[in-house]
Amino acid sequence: MTVTEPQLAEHFGATIARGDRIEPRDWMPEAYRRTLIRQIAQHAHSEIIGMQPEGDWISRAPSLRRKAILLAKVQDEAGHGLYLYSACETLGTSRRELTDKLLSGKQKYSSIFNYPTPSYADVGTIGWLVDGAAICNQVPLCRTSFGPYGRAMIRICKEESFHQRQGYELLMTMMRGTDEQRAMVQESVDRFWWPALMMFGPPDGASPNTEQSMAWGIKRNTNDELRQKFVDMTVPQARALGVTLPDPQLRWNSERQAHDFGEPDWDEFWAVVNGAGPCNAERLAHRRKAHDDGAWVREAAVAFARLEEAL
Amino acid sequence: MISDDLLGSEAHWAFGTDFEDPLAGVDTTVPDDIDPAALARYCLMLGDDALVLSQRLSEWCSRAPDLEEDIALANIALDLLGEARLLLARAAVADPSVVPSLPDGSPVPAEDALAFFRSPAEFRNVTMTELPNGDFAETITRLLLFSVWRLAEFESLLTHPDAVLAAVAAKGRKELAYHRDFAARWFVTLARGTAESRRRVLTALAGLWAFWPELDAPADVEVVLDQVFAAADVSRPEVTPARGLGRECVHTEALTDLLAEMQSVARAHPRGLW
Amino acid sequence: MSEWPLYEVFVRGKRGLNHVHVGSLHAPDDKLALMHARDVYTRRNEGVSIWVVRASDITASSPDEKDPMFAPSGDKVYRHPTFYDIPAHVPHL
Repeated sequence: MTVTEPQLAEHFGATIARGDRIEPRDWMPEAYRRTLIRQIAQHAHSEIIGMQPEGDWISRAPSLRRKAILLAKVQDEAGHGLYLYSACETLGTSRRELTDKLLSGKQKYSSIFNYPTPSYADVGTIGWLVDGAAICNQVPLCRTSFGPYGRAMIRICKEESFHQRQGYELLMTMMRGTDEQRAMVQESVDRFWWPALMMFGPPDGASPNTEQSMAWGIKRNTNDELRQKFVDMTVPQARALGVTLPDPQLRWNSERQAHDFGEPDWDEFWAVVNGAGPCNAERLAHRRKAHDDGAWVREAAVAFARLEEAL
Repeated sequence: MISDDLLGSEAHWAFGTDFEDPLAGVDTTVPDDIDPAALARYCLMLGDDALVLSQRLSEWCSRAPDLEEDIALANIALDLLGEARLLLARAAVADPSVVPSLPDGSPVPAEDALAFFRSPAEFRNVTMTELPNGDFAETITRLLLFSVWRLAEFESLLTHPDAVLAAVAAKGRKELAYHRDFAARWFVTLARGTAESRRRVLTALAGLWAFWPELDAPADVEVVLDQVFAAADVSRPEVTPARGLGRECVHTEALTDLLAEMQSVARAHPRGLW
Repeated sequence: MSEWPLYEVFVRGKRGLNHVHVGSLHAPDDKLALMHARDVYTRRNEGVSIWVVRASDITASSPDEKDPMFAPSGDKVYRHPTFYDIPAHVPHL
C-alpha cells in the first residue's frame, strides 16, 4: 500500500493540531525541515558566538568567585550550542556542515553579540538583559512542535536561569559599591537596552516568516508580543536595581495594562544583521581561528581511533 | 523570574548550590604543633600553582579544538580555581601577615586580596604553570606533567595534621585523578595520531621537560609518567633542566603579564564590591 | 574526513533509577566519549553512572509500512534517532 503525499501532510497537520510533537523519523514537509534547521542552527551559532563578548572578561574578573561564575557561565554556552547542534543533526545535517555555514556567513547568529563589551558591568548587563530577553524567547520554545528542539530548550532554560540571576546579582552588588561602579552599571545598561529589545526580531509587520512558523508550532508568540512581555518584566527589575532605562517614551499605560515604549532603531538593526555591526568581523574571525587551529587535533583523534580499532 | 513557574525548583541547577562543602564539619583551627607561617607558605605554593594554571587553561575558553574539549578544559580550570580558593583562604587564616593590606574600608576578602593584590615577587607557583599557552599539545603535556605530580602530592596530604589541608586534598584528589586521565588519554592520542600531532607533542614535551625537576617529584610519580610515555611510544627528552625558582618567588616575565591582566579590574577598584 | 562520530549519552541520575537519554555529543572513540559525557552532561552533579553508545550502533524500530507516519522515511537520510522521550517525572533532566 502506498501512501500519498497529501495523506502524509494531513497526518502531519493533525499531529501539530493535537499539540503532539513531531519526532525525527516522522514525515515532515521539506519547508518545515528547512525552517527548523535554519532556526535551530541560528540559535546554536548564537550560543557559540555568544561565548566571546563575556569570555573576554574571564581573565580579568575582579574576584575569584566572579571568575568561577563567569567561566561556568561561558562554559554553559558551549554546552547549549552543543545541545542545539545535536537537535539540529536529527534533521539530517551535521555539526561540520552547520559550522561551515556559520563561518561562510550563510547562516546568522543573534546580532546582540556583535556589540562590544568594554566594561566589566557588561557581564552583569548581558546576564540581566540579554539572557533575560533570551529566556523570554526560549521558554515558549520548550513547547515547540519539534521534539528534539523542545527537549534541548528545556535543558537550556533550566541552566539559563542561573545566567540571568548571576548577572542581576552582579549589578545589584556593584550598585551597593562605589559611585564609580554605579556609573559603570548605568552606562552599560544605556548601551545594551536597545540592542536587547532588538533581540526579539523585527516588528511583526516586517517579519514575513512568523505566520507560517506559528502555524507549524515552531514559534509560539510573535516578536512584538515577546518584546512587550520583556519590557513589562524588566521595568520593575530596573527600578529595584536603581537604574534608568534609556527610553523617554517608556511609561505605564493603564488602559493596556502594559508599558508603552519607544521604537528601536531598525536601520541599525538591519545594518548589524547584514554585517556592519561593531564586532561582526572580529567574532567570525575568532571562531574561524579556533576551528582552523583545532583541525590537526580533530584529525589526530580520528587517526588514533582508527589505529585502536585495527588492533 | 519568568522561568520559575514553568520549570519548578531550580535548586539543583543554580550555580554553586547542592554541592558538597569540602570543609563541612572540619575543625578549622590551626593545630598547635604546626608552624603557621610554614603552613601558610605551603598553602600559597599549592594555591598559586592552581590559580595560575587555571588562568592559563581558561584562556582556551571559546578557542578549543571542538566544543567538547572547550567544555572539558573549562571544567579542569574550574576545579583548579576551586582548589586555589580553598588554599588561599587557608593561607590567610594560618598566617594573616601574608595577606596584602588594603585601604581602610576595602570589602575585598582575603582570597581576593591574595590573588589580586600581591606582586609577582610574592607568588610561589612553579614556573611550568605560568608559561604562556602554546598549542593544544603543549596544554595537554603541561596538564599531564602537572596533574601526575599534584595528584601524588594531594594523596600524601590526606593524613596531614592540618584537617583543612587534608579535606582540601580529599576533594582535590578526585578532580586531579580525572585531570590526569584526561591529559594522559590525549597525550597518547596525539603522540600516536598523525605525524603532525606527534611532532607537536614531542616539541611540547621537549620544551616543558626542563621544568619538570622544579616539581621535585618522588620516584613513584616518575613511574606513572613512564607508563604514559610508554603507551605513547615517547621517551624522556634529553634536556638541561631550567633553574626554576618559582617556590622562592622568582618568576618569568610571563607571570608579570598574566597578573597584570588578571588583576587589572580589581586594582582599578580597590574599594569595589563585586 | 575528520568529523568525530556521534554518540548518544544515557545518565543514571540517582541510584535506583534507569539510565535515561540526555543528549548527544561527538567524540573520536568510546573512551573520550565517556569523558566528554561526564564534562558535558554531568556538570551540575547530575549523574552517578553514564553510558555512551555510538548513534550508528543503535537499532531503532523499523518503519512500519502499515503506518503512514513511518512509510516514506525509509528513503530519507536521518543521521540518528537522538533525544528519546523522557518521562516528565524523572528528575534533573
